[in-house]
Amino acid sequence: MAESLLSVKDLSVNVEGKEILHDISLDINKGETHVIMGPNGAGKSTLGLTIMGHPKYEVSKGSITFDGEDVTGTDVNERSKKGLFLSFQAPIEVPGITLSEFVRNALQQRSEKRVKFWDFKKEVEENMKLLNMDEKYLQRDLNVGFSGGEKKKAEVLQLLMLKPKLAILDETDSGLDVDAVKTVSMGISEYMKRCGGALLIITHNTRILQSLEVDKTHVIVKGALAGEGDGSLVGEILDGGFSRFE
Amino acid sequence: MKEKTIVSDIDRNVYDIKDEEKDAYRIEEGLTPEIVEKLSKEKNDPEWMREFRLNSLKIYNELKVPEWGPSIDGLNMDEIVTYVRPNTKMSAKWSEVPDDIKNTFDRLGIPQAERESLAGVGAQYDSELVYHNVRKEVEELGVIYTDMESALTGPFADMVKEHFMKLVPPTDHKFAALHGAVWSGGSFVYVPPGVSVEIPLQSYFRLNAPGAGQFEHTLIIVEEGADLHFIEGCSAPKYNVANLHAGCVELFVGKNAKLRYSTIENWSKNMYNLNTKRAKVEEGGKVEWISGSFGSHVSYLYPMSVLNGKGARSEFTGVTFAGNDQNLDTGTKVVHNAPDTSSYVNTRSISKDGGISTFRSAVVITEKAKNSKSSVSCESLMVDNISRSDTIPAMDIRTRYADVGHEAKIGKISDDAVFYLMSRGLSEEEAKALIVSGFADNVSKELPVEYAVEMNNLIRLEMKGAIG
Repeated sequence: MAESLLSVKDLSVNVEGKEILHDISLDINKGETHVIMGPNGAGKSTLGLTIMGHPKYEVSKGSITFDGEDVTGTDVNERSKKGLFLSFQAPIEVPGITLSEFVRNALQQRSEKRVKFWDFKKEVEENMKLLNMDEKYLQRDLNVGFSGGEKKKAEVLQLLMLKPKLAILDETDSGLDVDAVKTVSMGISEYMKRCGGALLIITHNTRILQSLEVDKTHVIVKGALAGEGDGSLVGEILDGGFSRFE
Repeated sequence: MKEKTIVSDIDRNVYDIKDEEKDAYRIEEGLTPEIVEKLSKEKNDPEWMREFRLNSLKIYNELKVPEWGPSIDGLNMDEIVTYVRPNTKMSAKWSEVPDDIKNTFDRLGIPQAERESLAGVGAQYDSELVYHNVRKEVEELGVIYTDMESALTGPFADMVKEHFMKLVPPTDHKFAALHGAVWSGGSFVYVPPGVSVEIPLQSYFRLNAPGAGQFEHTLIIVEEGADLHFIEGCSAPKYNVANLHAGCVELFVGKNAKLRYSTIENWSKNMYNLNTKRAKVEEGGKVEWISGSFGSHVSYLYPMSVLNGKGARSEFTGVTFAGNDQNLDTGTKVVHNAPDTSSYVNTRSISKDGGISTFRSAVVITEKAKNSKSSVSCESLMVDNISRSDTIPAMDIRTRYADVGHEAKIGKISDDAVFYLMSRGLSEEEAKALIVSGFADNVSKELPVEYAVEMNNLIRLEMKGAIG
């Protein structure tokens, strides 16, 4: 029997008093890969940010349960420490903090232990090699002046380093060239292999899914679930669009 | 998200240690010619200095308190004891320094700092130098590093007389006049022509007695082709009586010489910091100011560079952090008074918990300063909605042949950036502290590593309520 990891129940979300997500429910079990699709502005990113706990999105109804605990009202950093991860569609540039400092700092805060520099260095360099990322990015300020592709790779690098139980990937493949998508996709399947985690992937195309087995597809239109299916639904939508869900 | 972290009352235990007062000597409160005479006598001033002090006092009484900046109404001059001398003589041996003074220094890390390859320690405890030690190799280069009192009567007495308060005359403003009347302590540094001092010289200033002002004088002369880095760091314990700091720094940078002057000031939150710093740079010379302003209730601080010779340059890199009940008015002034001179200003200011931070700059380019260049960039960051940040840049350009640029940015701490960092497991405090210390990295990356660490700790202390 599959073990439930994330359970979103009847979730409605307000921004500045206006409801933008309506009664959304989804369940993800350990080891599963789910895909969310939908037209632009349908609320896919909002769902990801709400599950992660962005204070701008107010849960007006419903609940979010993660790994057996109701996390609906908790802070984003608490959710992160429990094993939730969000790869941002547009990773934020933070001047003055190097990528290396940031990842090591995050690891230390999560484990509440000192992370030995040499252990850290070894692991991070290994992962960068896998992602075909130049090591010099470690000493650069977090995302500052990174190309779109390097920013996404830095997100996947953090995924590999932080080893969450569930990763929400918000258009991690957008803006990447073919080779970069391949590399990023490999990084993601490596995460699944190593950590036995789970994925919730927000995407517009199938390339990132090539090395992954999709268990379930959810379609969101105008802030509500409009359809569900297995992995084959992804292909159908790419051929036929979203019109049949509207 | 749950309620905001409360950080208004920070734990300053490490910095606010005060020792029981054991002063050998203390002048009565208030300021009269008799007190100044008495002070001068106690200090064994040469006759010219006695006159200088009395004349400065006259000017002090004639000048008005400045009205263009933050209010200093809370400052009662009658309450300020101008001169407090610790009950110990100048000492070159650490073992001879009394225990309570030693304890304070220990907590501030002075002996460690010295061990860590700093050239010399001139640590000012209250108004006089207690502990002074210049490493042999620096002395062997012919570098003089001593306290101002010794310099007044020593082999360099004439040089001191020739330069003392010539860059910052007592007529400059009321607190410069006050300084001229009651100055005490401070450092004198002389670097002979062509000598390059490889290791930074540092001095550590600290106020200890309640109600005591501090009026240390720093005079640095770097001769032609010489090179020096001088570091000044300050920390003061907190008291209820209004405290005043009106120090004075005068830097003379010779032809093709270079002087870097770094300061991290961390005054207690009741301090009125009315400090005056000025540099004169000759042909081809360069002055670099690195300035971190923390603490104090009110600060007026605008280190000034006078570019007096062809091709002289100045760089000013500063960060100011204003928290609850703090009004910090800081910036810089540059006077281009010769052709081909250039200046570069890069500052960051942070305000939090209702703190007010004002950046004030003035760039003056005289008719003589053809083909001069100036670039001023200031950025402000407000950590919350109740804090304030202002930018007041002034420019006075008297030649058509100058290239002048100014750039100002004022912003709030980005919620998205905080969320992003927190989404990786960092606490809100930690995320904000990282963003703020990242914002201040223009200064921290210019400082020697131990000072950069100290500054980052200070930012964390201000942001979080404790050193993490």
